[in-house]
Amino acid sequence: MTGREGTPAIIRLSHVHHAYGPYQTLTDLSFEILKNELAFICGPSGAGKTTLLRLLYAGARAAKGEISIDGTRLETIPRAQLPNLRRKVGVIFQDYKLIPGRSVYENVALVLEAAGHRRAQIPKRVHSVLAMVGMEHCAGALPIRLSGGEQQRVAVARAVVGDPKIILADEPTGNLDEASAQAVMDLLQAAYIRGATVVIASHDKALIHRMGGRILHLQQGRLVGSERVDKYHGRTVL
Amino acid sequence: MVARYFKWALEDIRSNRFIHAVTLITIALTVMIVSAALLLFINAGDWMSAWQQGTRIMAYLRPESGAAAAALQQSIESIPGVQRAVFIPRDEALRDLKSRIEHPASLFENLMENPLPDAFEIQLRPSDQSWEQFEAVAARVRSLAEVEDVEYGRQWVLAVRRVAQFFQTTGLALMGLLLVAAVAIVANTTRLVLYSRREEVEIMRLVGATERFIKAPFYLGGMLQGLVAAALGLGILFAVFSALATRIEQSGLAGVITLRFLSLEQMAAIAVASMLVGWLGCYVSLKQVLKS
Repeated sequence: MTGREGTPAIIRLSHVHHAYGPYQTLTDLSFEILKNELAFICGPSGAGKTTLLRLLYAGARAAKGEISIDGTRLETIPRAQLPNLRRKVGVIFQDYKLIPGRSVYENVALVLEAAGHRRAQIPKRVHSVLAMVGMEHCAGALPIRLSGGEQQRVAVARAVVGDPKIILADEPTGNLDEASAQAVMDLLQAAYIRGATVVIASHDKALIHRMGGRILHLQQGRLVGSERVDKYHGRTVL
Repeated sequence: MVARYFKWALEDIRSNRFIHAVTLITIALTVMIVSAALLLFINAGDWMSAWQQGTRIMAYLRPESGAAAAALQQSIESIPGVQRAVFIPRDEALRDLKSRIEHPASLFENLMENPLPDAFEIQLRPSDQSWEQFEAVAARVRSLAEVEDVEYGRQWVLAVRRVAQFFQTTGLALMGLLLVAAVAIVANTTRLVLYSRREEVEIMRLVGATERFIKAPFYLGGMLQGLVAAALGLGILFAVFSALATRIEQSGLAGVITLRFLSLEQMAAIAVASMLVGWLGCYVSLKQVLKS
């Protein structure tokens, strides 16, 4: 148990280092994110935001240090256990990562099929999530036919359809116009309100301050500051 | 879940039509060649059996042993595998020889006495007519004191067996090579498809799909290809076989050469083997490409 009001940490990093060959990308990162917390990872391009998210969904391994996601230690997790971990973590990628040859419906349904949900339950759940992100009318379309904002909304639908405990979003508004960006952020906030822990990598400060939450500042792979922003009452330095 | 695997497997085949068609034809050709070799072995085996059934063991007796023919006949017929032994007196053998030679007078006019020995013509039971049994019975007969020599076309038997063995060995080696080649081709096809779907596989992993979930459509596709290729290969072979059988029948050789096609069980075994080739090809490439 640690942190605010005795809420347990769902993400825990301790002295984490990561490097791509000779290039050190993350250095001695230690922090915790609590259950049902809305957290932002901020920093300029090349600060290590995407790498940090990759470590959190086990898309990469830390060179040193310990990472724990919902009690599972990532440095020792057997390969066969990765699918179980990833079902707890919904990821929204900067480049959407939708399967081009599969329809919007199939892309979203894939998460439930992979998790072994009963076939009869899948259509109802997928259509309800697509309706939530305003994409139900595009269920049969291929992702290539959609705009960037629409693809991002499908990516959000895919990330939330399995009711994951954690949602990781990498620059979810990076390629979007203001209205689409706000729509995607509203969806993420809705997931947070429903109980998920949401971690968003972004450098859009205005958007972050509009939403409020905890901000972790990253610079050249190091954690250089942490603050909490209350969208109604301003910021608190932690 | 299986329906989804099927759907994805068929989609894969459809979206990579050309490369799958090449693979399908290769497996079908392999199936056809292997099945043709099998067909040849089976029919050659039938012809050998028919030939064996016409083969007799001749036991030539020592001079003056003819008197004990009745007792000797009993001894020979008591040897396991012997159906019956017919005594052929030397005079009858000479008469028979003369009747078979067109101009016997010149050949036999200076003959002072009959040079042929008394003999027994020994026939084996149909169920015991293996070459091993022929050799075993011949050895038992040869060991009898009254018997001077035994003849059953041993040289022929050995020569035919050597040829049959040679064809069997080279045939098996060829079949093995073809199967390995087919597996390699399926593996290459699957590898190409996998490379084209690498990103998709990566995304599936990231959303929590297990390796089994990812690989199942590939295995299913490989086995499906194997099954269709087996049907195609066997179908073509049957067409060729039917045409050949009709020709033989028309040429009047029907009574001499009897042909039969593979049984249902054999065809089922070939189809299973072909599916296994498809599965194995997938296994090899999936192991290589999806290890990371």
